[in-house]
Amino acid sequence: MTEPAISVSGLHKHYGDLLAVDGLDLEIPRGEVFALLGPNGAGKSTTVEILEGFRRRTSGEVRVLGEDPQHAPKAWRGRVGVMLQGTSERGMLTARESLQYAARLHPDPRGVDEILDAVGLTEKAGSKPATLSGGQRRRLDVALALIGRPELVFLDEPTTGFDPEARRQFWTLIESVRADGTTVVLTTHYLDEADHLADRIGIIARGRMVALDTPAGLRARAADARVSWTEGGETRAEETATPTALLRTLLARTEGEIEHLEVTHPSLEDVYLRLIGEAARDAAGAGATEEAAA
Amino acid sequence: MTATTASSAPTWGSMARARLGVELREFTRSRETMVFVFLFPMMLLLLFGSVFGGEEVAPGVTFAQYFLAGIVASGVFNTGFQSLAMGIAIDRDQDMLKRIHGTPLPATAYFAAKSAQVLIVSVVQVAVLVAIGVLLYDVSLPADAAHWWTFVWVFVLGTTAATTLGIAASSLLRNAKAGSAVITPIVLFLQFTSGVFLVYTQIPVFLQHVAEIFPLKWLAQGMRSVFLPESFAAAEARGSWEHPATAIVLALWIVVGLLLAVRTFRWTRHDDN
Repeated sequence: MTEPAISVSGLHKHYGDLLAVDGLDLEIPRGEVFALLGPNGAGKSTTVEILEGFRRRTSGEVRVLGEDPQHAPKAWRGRVGVMLQGTSERGMLTARESLQYAARLHPDPRGVDEILDAVGLTEKAGSKPATLSGGQRRRLDVALALIGRPELVFLDEPTTGFDPEARRQFWTLIESVRADGTTVVLTTHYLDEADHLADRIGIIARGRMVALDTPAGLRARAADARVSWTEGGETRAEETATPTALLRTLLARTEGEIEHLEVTHPSLEDVYLRLIGEAARDAAGAGATEEAAA
Repeated sequence: MTATTASSAPTWGSMARARLGVELREFTRSRETMVFVFLFPMMLLLLFGSVFGGEEVAPGVTFAQYFLAGIVASGVFNTGFQSLAMGIAIDRDQDMLKRIHGTPLPATAYFAAKSAQVLIVSVVQVAVLVAIGVLLYDVSLPADAAHWWTFVWVFVLGTTAATTLGIAASSLLRNAKAGSAVITPIVLFLQFTSGVFLVYTQIPVFLQHVAEIFPLKWLAQGMRSVFLPESFAAAEARGSWEHPATAIVLALWIVVGLLLAVRTFRWTRHDDN
C-alpha cells in the first residue's frame, strides 16, 4: 500500500465566474495527519468536499484511496469516514441508536460503547441531538465518522464550539486514531490544533496552496526575532536575525532602563497571518495591474 | 486492523432493514408527522361525519361513508406525497441527506426503506380510519375476496404513486420553506376536486376533468369501489367504477414519478454543487 491516500493535481473549481480553487496540487501519504488551514472563503471546504465526493470539480486529477471520488463505488464510502461542517438538531435517534445504525453499515465496526467512551459521550448515550450541546453533537459526528474503522477520515472544522477540555479530549482521540494507521485530513481555524495534531500543514488562500510544510518547517520560515521598545515616547520595533546585536546597540545608546523592551520569536500564527496576508496583497496587486492594463 | 468475516459484511438487505428501523423511529417519535398522518385525518373524518354524515349522497349511502373512502384515499396520498416531499426537502436543507450519502448505504436501499416506511404507516393509518368508519358510520368491510383484491391493488398502486411523486416533488422544491407554500395548495386543490371533501359528481364538470388528470381522483374512486355498495357504481360520473382506467392512470403516475425522481433527485442543497 505505497499508493498515497490522496493525490490531487491541477485541481480547479469555478462557481460561475468565481474561482474557488485555483490549481491545487497535493499528495497525502497513508497514515498522515494533515491539516488544511486558511481563512473563510479560501477554498478549504470546497477542496475537502471535492475529495469527499460531494462536489464536482471543474478540472484536475483527484484520487482518494485509489478512486475518483466523483465516480467512486459505494464500497469506497465504507473506507472513508466523513464529518461534515456544522451540526443539525434534527433527528429523533439517541446517540447510541445513531451509532448502532451506522455500525450496521460497516463490515468491521468499532464497538458502540468503545467509541462513545472515546468521544466522552457515555453519559449522553441516551440523548437525542436536540438535547445535546453543540460540542456534544460535534463529538457524536466524530464518532459517526470513525465507527466504521475508515482508512481515511475527513474532519471539517471538528472542534468548532468545543470547550478547551473537550478539545484536549478530541486531540487524544485523534492521536489514537492515528496510532491505528488511519489517515486524517482535518480543516481547522485553530493553529494550536494544527500544530499539535498535524504531521503536515497546508495553508490555502484564495484557492491556492501558499505553504505546505511540517509545523516546525513553517515556524522556521520566520526565523527573525522581533525586538520592540519605547524610545522618546514612541513605540519602535525591528525584525532581525540577530536580536542580540540589536540589543547591544540599543544598550549602548540608552541610559538606564529601555522602556517596554520585548524580544519575541514568531509563533505559527504570525507565520500564518503573514502568508495569507501576502496572498491577499499579491491578489490585490494582480488586480491593480489588470485594471491598469485595461 | 482485525480481519473481517464474510458473515458480518453488510448486505443490501441488512442495510435497507437497518435504515427502515431508523425511518420508523424517526417517524413515530416526531410529533408533527404523527399528528399530521393519524390525528388530522381522524379529526376530519369525525368532523365531517358528525356535521354532514347523515345526508345521503345516493340511496343507502351516507356522506360519512362516501367521505370515509375519500379520507382513506387522501390519507394514503398525503402520507406518501406530502410528508415525503416536505420531509426529504427539510432533510436536504439541513444536510441530513448529505450525511446519508456519505455512508455506505446504497441509494436504492435508502429509497426502499423510505417506501417501506410509507407503506407500513399507510397500512396502520387506513386500518385506524376504516375502524372508525365501521364503528361509527356503518361502513362495512369488503365483503369478499374480489373486493379485498381491489383494495390491495388500489392501495399498492396509490401508495407507490404517492411515494415516487413525493420523492420527485422534494427535489423540485428549492428549499424546505417552499415546501408548505407549494405542496399544501396542490394537495388542498386535489382534495376539493377529487371527491374527498365534496362529492365528485357535484362539482363543475370542467373541474372534474382537471381532477381526472391527477391520481387522487382515481385513488378515491377505487376506495369507494371497495367500501361502498356495488349499487353506488351507477352514481359515479361515468356510471361505473372504471377499474381499468384507475389502474392505468395510477400506473402512469408511478412511471412519471419514477422518471422525475430519478432524474431530479439530489443529496445536496440546490446552492451546493
